[in-house]
Amino acid sequence: MLGYIIQRLIQSAFVMLAMSALVFLGVYAIGNPIDVLISPDATQDIREATIRHYGLDQPLWRQYLAFLGRLLQGDLGRSFVLNIPVLHLVLSRLPATLELALTSVLIGAFIGIPLGIYAGYRPESPASKAIMAASVLGFSVPTFWVGLILILTFAVNLDWLPAGDRGPTVEIFGVGWSFLTWDGLRFLALPAINLSLFKLAMLIRLSRAGTREIMLSDTVKFARAAGLTDFTILRRHVLRLISIPLVTVFGLEFGSTLAFAVVTETIFSWPGVGKLIIDSITSLDRPVMVGYLILVAFLFVTINLVVDLTYAVLDPRLRRGRRV
Amino acid sequence: MTKALLQVRDLRTHFETRAGTIKAVDGISFTLERGEILGLVGESGSGKSVTGFSLIGLLDPPGRIAGGSVVFQGQELVGRSQAEMRKLRGKRIAMIFQDPAATLNPVLTIGQQMVMAVQAHGGTGQGAALELAERSLARVGIPDAATRLNAYPHEFSGGMRQRVAIAIALLHEPELIIADEPTTALDVSIQAQILAEMKTLAQESGTALIWISHDLAIVSSLADRVIVLYLGRIVEFGPVADVLRAPLHPYTRGLLDSLPAMADPGQKLRQIPGSTPSPLNVTPGCPFAPRCAHADDLCRSEPPAVGDQHHGAFCHHALPAPA
Repeated sequence: MLGYIIQRLIQSAFVMLAMSALVFLGVYAIGNPIDVLISPDATQDIREATIRHYGLDQPLWRQYLAFLGRLLQGDLGRSFVLNIPVLHLVLSRLPATLELALTSVLIGAFIGIPLGIYAGYRPESPASKAIMAASVLGFSVPTFWVGLILILTFAVNLDWLPAGDRGPTVEIFGVGWSFLTWDGLRFLALPAINLSLFKLAMLIRLSRAGTREIMLSDTVKFARAAGLTDFTILRRHVLRLISIPLVTVFGLEFGSTLAFAVVTETIFSWPGVGKLIIDSITSLDRPVMVGYLILVAFLFVTINLVVDLTYAVLDPRLRRGRRV
Repeated sequence: MTKALLQVRDLRTHFETRAGTIKAVDGISFTLERGEILGLVGESGSGKSVTGFSLIGLLDPPGRIAGGSVVFQGQELVGRSQAEMRKLRGKRIAMIFQDPAATLNPVLTIGQQMVMAVQAHGGTGQGAALELAERSLARVGIPDAATRLNAYPHEFSGGMRQRVAIAIALLHEPELIIADEPTTALDVSIQAQILAEMKTLAQESGTALIWISHDLAIVSSLADRVIVLYLGRIVEFGPVADVLRAPLHPYTRGLLDSLPAMADPGQKLRQIPGSTPSPLNVTPGCPFAPRCAHADDLCRSEPPAVGDQHHGAFCHHALPAPA
């Protein structure tokens, strides 16, 4: 098992290296940051001094190596626009996105998986058909529209929940979290629900498909022949057997929500990283873009590593296979 | 007459499909005494497995029992709710299946699965349930049962896995075990071991056994009586020795002739001509008539009947006993 973890860590390091090169090249290709940094009527001297200051006169590979060297020391550079360290900037926004993404994925899992298992267990019942119809909506209705409808319904018309912003946070380890206070939760509710709908629909369909398949298997037949109740069969047998694809999707969705919650964050003015990246793209704030993408890649790699390790916990056959 | 453990009368199990009603089991009657071993033999599609699933109430939809009666220890089982049947399953009637690799859950330990099966019938504590599981494993010949409880199914060989399945079936000492081709997926040498052990276990505990198989040879070494099925109907029944020595029905004769062990060396194996017809359009008379060399107009129009006897065949032209 330890050997496997080490092997995976080395793999992850290579993924990160490749990612850093891609990101660096991609961002390098999009334009000259000098035009953004200094006013067009600056003198040639100032212009050249600035170019030299940022190392933009160096050849590309040198710039990349310098960037990599700083990266390894945890230095992602300073924002051109705000002139504060990128790491600091991203980390100050990350908790907001982290808790939004995690809440929405958890809502999706805790509601979606039981609903999906039920729909797979009783595929012909009217309730299951209603669940499946709703899941099609969850897939096909655009997030931004649902967000607006949620605001219109629960914030404007019913006045139950706030329409946007993050509201009060509680500081733990120097970062603010909303989910610890009732008021914070009220601010979190609408954006989290908005983001969770797609995941909910996906997890419903996935658990339904898995459950339908497993309910017909000999394992379930044998368990029934042993006199187990259907509830025990669903809880102990089916849930365990369908969990591997569910964990995979859970991880992928969590990662992509972290990285791309932009639309929801914009609609609900949630001060997360999604808004940060959009702002940095419009202002061509290169270090922020690069730093953000590197961090997102890092999060993805970490989540995938955790997901892979979870497989081994869930399926004993994988544990054995890896030891050999 | 002592009261039989199981009395099946005119059992009919139908599958409603778009193409029509499939009469998978079409009027089967038999009796099973306590501790008796009954072989249920037939080709694929003969309704032998469906009979087993009908008895234990585990038919896959759209299958349903369309008629007849199943009386188990004086209680009628047909028409019982799933909740009532569940209380019976595993406790009084157990079932084992063909492929142990598919029946055991690969992600749970043997111990976990056995404890679940114990606790399905009453609140046995974790410790007591594990003890029971260990004893049951030891009984079916699994060495080092206590440690093996923590193993996963893939850590067992095929034969050992089937023993685990048998141990699960034996947990509650049921009065009846239905075994649906449990040795088909195993090596021949393991088959023989398991057959011998099942026979001993059934004798020791007085458990009756319904052994479903397509293989007459297996049944002959195990069962007391045998029922031969064809297209959901009984074609022949009787004590194993009599049926094997002097088959009355041309179909049974054909099955016996196609056994490799029965053929003379160097000779081609004899086959039953034709193939099993679609269960959707069964002829009005004897179901075997279209493939039978002895069939005449009577066979094609009138279903054969048989009296209440020890060894009988549903055939208008029962074969004469060999000299």
